[in-house]
Amino acid sequence: MSAITNAAATVLAQAEVVEQTADEAKSISAASGAGMAYGLAAIGPGIGIGYLVGQAVQAMARQPESAGQVQTTMFLGIAFTEALALIGFVVFILLKFV
Amino acid sequence: MSTQADPMNTRIEGPSPAMAVAVDMAKRSLWLLPVIVVLSAAFWGVNGVASTLYALAIVVINFLLAGWLLAVTGRISAALMGAAALFGFLLRLGLIFLAVFAVKDASWVEFVPLGITLILTHLVLLFWEMRHVSASFAFPGVNPGVTPNPYLPDN
Repeated sequence: MSAITNAAATVLAQAEVVEQTADEAKSISAASGAGMAYGLAAIGPGIGIGYLVGQAVQAMARQPESAGQVQTTMFLGIAFTEALALIGFVVFILLKFV
Repeated sequence: MSTQADPMNTRIEGPSPAMAVAVDMAKRSLWLLPVIVVLSAAFWGVNGVASTLYALAIVVINFLLAGWLLAVTGRISAALMGAAALFGFLLRLGLIFLAVFAVKDASWVEFVPLGITLILTHLVLLFWEMRHVSASFAFPGVNPGVTPNPYLPDN
């Protein structure tokens, strides 16, 4: 009888270990997924802002008299592009902390 | 006809339009304040309101910091302004991350309203400002300058 009890206890302990491992694997995959979402979401806007600002600086250097208009549209463009990175960041915090 | 392009030596003189746009958006955020407070209170209660206000503060400070960086570096050279825009993007993303990370264990934080507010207020303020800017470009004579802004030139 005690052998059966011992076997049952061993099986329960093993099941607990498997459950803990599964939880750890889940949290690791959630963390890496969140990190990838954040990192990948920052690459595109980085390229976009680089291109946008490069063209705007060229335009301002060529025509300084229109620098005001160029700077205004550049600022709005930067902020719009940055919204993509913000969306990635929000996905990151929702995956990581919720 | 274009002049020779030299971004290294071109300085952006005069009042900064980027800072003017940022200040304008900060003022418009005050109009959004009651709406988002009521909505977050209805769905998430007091904690939701606190998280929403925190997210709105992050968005407004982010805009003001971006405008200030462009204004300061533009007075030195256009090329430096380009560099500030790019590295400022990384810097500001890092600051937003730190701002959220600093409060992640706080009892009042609700991440869903915080995230929704971060995205929605950013986009709403941008679209609102874009409409204003495009209208003032299209009809400069009609632009009434409804909100006094120290960063805009005197008309």
